[in-house]
Amino acid sequence: MKTIVVAAIAGLAVALTSVAYAQDADPLASDDSKARGYAVAERSDKTDAGYGSSSVNLTMTLTDPRGRETVRELQIDTLEKQGEGNGDWSLTRFFSPPDVEGTVFLSQARLLDDDNQWLYLPGLRRVKRISSSNKSGPFLGSEFAYEDLTASEIGKYDYVYLGRETLDDGTEVDKVECTPRYARSGYTKLHCYFDTEVFQARRFEFFDRGGNLFKTLELEDYRQYPNGYWRAHRQVMQNRLTGKSTTLSFGDFDFDVDLNRRDFEPSALDRF
Amino acid sequence: MSKPSFSDTAGRGLARFSIAARFLLVPIVAALCVAAGYNASKLDFAGDYRVFFGPNNPDLIAAKNAEDTFGKADNIAFVIIPKSGSVYTRRTLSAVHTLTNQGWTLPYVTRVESLTNFQNTIGRDDDLIVEDLVFDPTELTEARLNEIRAIAESEPLIDGFIVSRGGDATVVNVTVQFPSDVPNVNTIAQNQARALRDDLMADYPDLDVHIIGAASLAAAFEESGLKDTTTLIPALYAIVLIAVLIVLRSFSAMIAVLLVIALSTMVGVGFGGFTGIELTPISVSAPTIILTIAVADAIHIIASIRSKMRAGANKRDAIIDATALNFAPVSITSLTTVAGFLTLNFSDSPTFHDLGNMTAVGIAAAWALSLTFLPAVLAILPMKFKAKAMANDAAPTGVTAVVANAVIAQPWAFALATSALCVALAVFIPKIEINDQWTRYFDERVEFRQAIDASRPYFGSDIIEMVVDPGAPGAVAEPEFLTTVEAFTAWLRTRESDIAHVFSLTDIIKRLNKNLNGDDPTFYAIPDDRTLASQYLLVYELSLPYGLDLNNRVDIDRQSTRVTVTTQDITTNEIRALVADAKTWFAENGNGYALDVTGSNVLFAFAAQRNLEAVAQGAIYLLIAILVILALTFRSIPVGLVSLVPNILPILAAFGAWAILVGVVGFSIAAVGAVAVGLVVDDTVHFLSKYFRARRIDGKSAEEAIRYAFATAGQAIMLTTFILAAGFSVLVGSTFKLNADLGLLTAIAIVLALIIDFTLLPAMLLIAGRKRSARTSGELSPQGQPS
Repeated sequence: MKTIVVAAIAGLAVALTSVAYAQDADPLASDDSKARGYAVAERSDKTDAGYGSSSVNLTMTLTDPRGRETVRELQIDTLEKQGEGNGDWSLTRFFSPPDVEGTVFLSQARLLDDDNQWLYLPGLRRVKRISSSNKSGPFLGSEFAYEDLTASEIGKYDYVYLGRETLDDGTEVDKVECTPRYARSGYTKLHCYFDTEVFQARRFEFFDRGGNLFKTLELEDYRQYPNGYWRAHRQVMQNRLTGKSTTLSFGDFDFDVDLNRRDFEPSALDRF
Repeated sequence: MSKPSFSDTAGRGLARFSIAARFLLVPIVAALCVAAGYNASKLDFAGDYRVFFGPNNPDLIAAKNAEDTFGKADNIAFVIIPKSGSVYTRRTLSAVHTLTNQGWTLPYVTRVESLTNFQNTIGRDDDLIVEDLVFDPTELTEARLNEIRAIAESEPLIDGFIVSRGGDATVVNVTVQFPSDVPNVNTIAQNQARALRDDLMADYPDLDVHIIGAASLAAAFEESGLKDTTTLIPALYAIVLIAVLIVLRSFSAMIAVLLVIALSTMVGVGFGGFTGIELTPISVSAPTIILTIAVADAIHIIASIRSKMRAGANKRDAIIDATALNFAPVSITSLTTVAGFLTLNFSDSPTFHDLGNMTAVGIAAAWALSLTFLPAVLAILPMKFKAKAMANDAAPTGVTAVVANAVIAQPWAFALATSALCVALAVFIPKIEINDQWTRYFDERVEFRQAIDASRPYFGSDIIEMVVDPGAPGAVAEPEFLTTVEAFTAWLRTRESDIAHVFSLTDIIKRLNKNLNGDDPTFYAIPDDRTLASQYLLVYELSLPYGLDLNNRVDIDRQSTRVTVTTQDITTNEIRALVADAKTWFAENGNGYALDVTGSNVLFAFAAQRNLEAVAQGAIYLLIAILVILALTFRSIPVGLVSLVPNILPILAAFGAWAILVGVVGFSIAAVGAVAVGLVVDDTVHFLSKYFRARRIDGKSAEEAIRYAFATAGQAIMLTTFILAAGFSVLVGSTFKLNADLGLLTAIAIVLALIIDFTLLPAMLLIAGRKRSARTSGELSPQGQPS
């Protein structure tokens, strides 16, 4: 997965790609806005296919309307998606605040269903399975929902191409409307902006269930790693209703980390 | 007679100029006023009851702090009352489920909470199941309904809060976060909420659905203010114009009065638009007040013209004479009234500043228009008053003659009787109870009030937030702190007479402790380890879906939490007592943690005090200003001092009468003093100026001067009193109690002022005049004259 990068979108099956190729016209220039929207998202998604696994440390800074800040530190390990209907699997380790140090959160994402989730609580020395439809809830009191943080597989949304725009910093982007297919999403739609050069997501605008724009996510400081994959190292989520914001600052992504499925099983959680 | 005074010369000059230039002046002045009035189109109703509170109001600051930390608490709450008497039926729960989903379509919604989406937590072995209490209402069996009822009744965060204690009503609570830059957002949201309610009631005719909540309150403020402007103001115009027509029997005079009041109002309200204020039901009464005062100015001049014409003068001379005669009193009364309204700036409440400033500008415009525009218009319009053979402008006629004769015959009797009456009324002032229960600001015709009344038997009334802060990041999870909050919550819950429900984090923590220990009931307690409590909160947070998170309960630093108290329907006195008791309890048992108490009703509970203190200070400055103005005008400090008596007494007596008749006031009372003083001074100044004109210029005796004052000013004073009292009585028709109170109380004060100015004032002048003429040729009848 592209950890944390919202609609950055892991690769789709080759079969789908060949279907697209089988069509006459280039879908990226199609007059059909659905086909074109899908094609733009897919192009971005493919830039991330095959990365395998990664590990990254990040700092989450929460800011309230008066500018008071609070910081949480985490590490996220990710294993690229495991099979049809599934998203990426991720392990989130909490380092701070100190009271929750040692807590580990395991999520096996599913595209259109509630994720499978477990939490290791060092205070209880127990692994607890969480059964809930919490993907849309705020993560750690931040402005990020868990669904914003996790892999945005191409199958999670329906797409409509909206047009080409230029961001304030001069980046040329394709604007796509992404409608969540997960019934209990907190959003009715997103506006997703993919740059036209390296096809990465630059901005997301989130619309609430009343159809109003209420959150904006900016993805900044993109760096390309030697294996060719792009990662944003700074993500800023602004809540327009509450005036709160959350900034994620990422360290270097480690793609060489040796992770496999066994590391993402609940029984592995208390090993940390 | 004697040398012309400055005021005489100025009045005469203004009138001559205005009449000569009438065909230019009238259209130009009218166009200027209309242009100024165009700014009024920028006015919008404030979407926020917080506009009633000043930026430095400590209660407002506390409320804003809490908002920044936990989010705004503005809500739209649907109260659902099933006619079957039970919430726990498949049908009612289906309706709740539907409304819960639809609540998300309201604008700027951040949370929707109801019985169906209550996040029920279950601990089963090592699973923590967090799910909607009612996920699919179509699948509800009888057994499941009973189970839901059992869960709801044993859950302190549902029982008495989301479902009434009897299980006979339930709430769908929608939290909204309105941006401040969207005009009329409350009304827009309220109308959408009404549409949801109507749809639901069409599908479920067996349910009663009412809409309450802070956003609905704000919408009621908007709608009430709008209603006043669309119903009361036209009614007021009609009453005033009919009264003018009846009394002056001149269609032209009515047209002239209409033009003066309309243009003055445009200037005053346009000024409000120009300075970018937001209207509230308080400041929206500015046009009403401007109108009544503009009428008074115009009436005094037209009444003088009439008496001059009846005495045989031609129209042009009558207009010039009348303008000259009234230049000084109209200027002085305008000045004092403007001063009166400007003292509203001493109020804590910005909306009172707006009211005062708009009205002050409008009155200044009325002054200028009456002395220039009015003579010009009257010179253009045809106007006839038949000369009457017996007309004599030195002798009063009708009611004023009877009063004048009686007072001259028995000055001591009238002085004592009127003073006694005023004192007898004033002693009741301490009996006035101040109550700013905002739900009572609206009368029973208002939908919001009906909704509040309907939900009162089932749910508490207002929300008070008790923000508790242990002082260090993360310390919310400290066992010592949680135990303190638990004890505080328990103490609050013992106060059943004034508290309906208490929502506390400790209930969540205790439930989680139980759930994460396999639902073992012995773990329903505060965990004794801080890290454990923190980790429980983390689990819980990671489990909650969109719109049901803990961010409104615990701050991002884990440093503070709020205990939400829903009060019974109690008065602001009782709220203040509750706040004081809570602070005392916390000071004794709160382990030194900080406690902040806030909430809209807490703001209103202290609003009267804060406004009264500020306005009392303003009133003192106002009295000094009036004293100085009058002493300068009549060139005599004793006269200035004496004239304060008839200005203060009617207001004291009016408050006394109010104590007997009504007994309860809201914080709008702060405005009454200032508004009434300005108006009451009008009468005194007109009477005194005519009296001293007779004594000082014409060298008349005290008796003759009293007769002259009654003859020249008496009728105009009666007429303006009648018109002003009628005008302010129109405000009584407001659905907004603060305005209705303001209107009635001011009307009482004006009528009392008339009585005092017709009895006590002449009696005092007579007694003083006789004493002084008994001694040499007293200081009260010297060289000067009003200037």
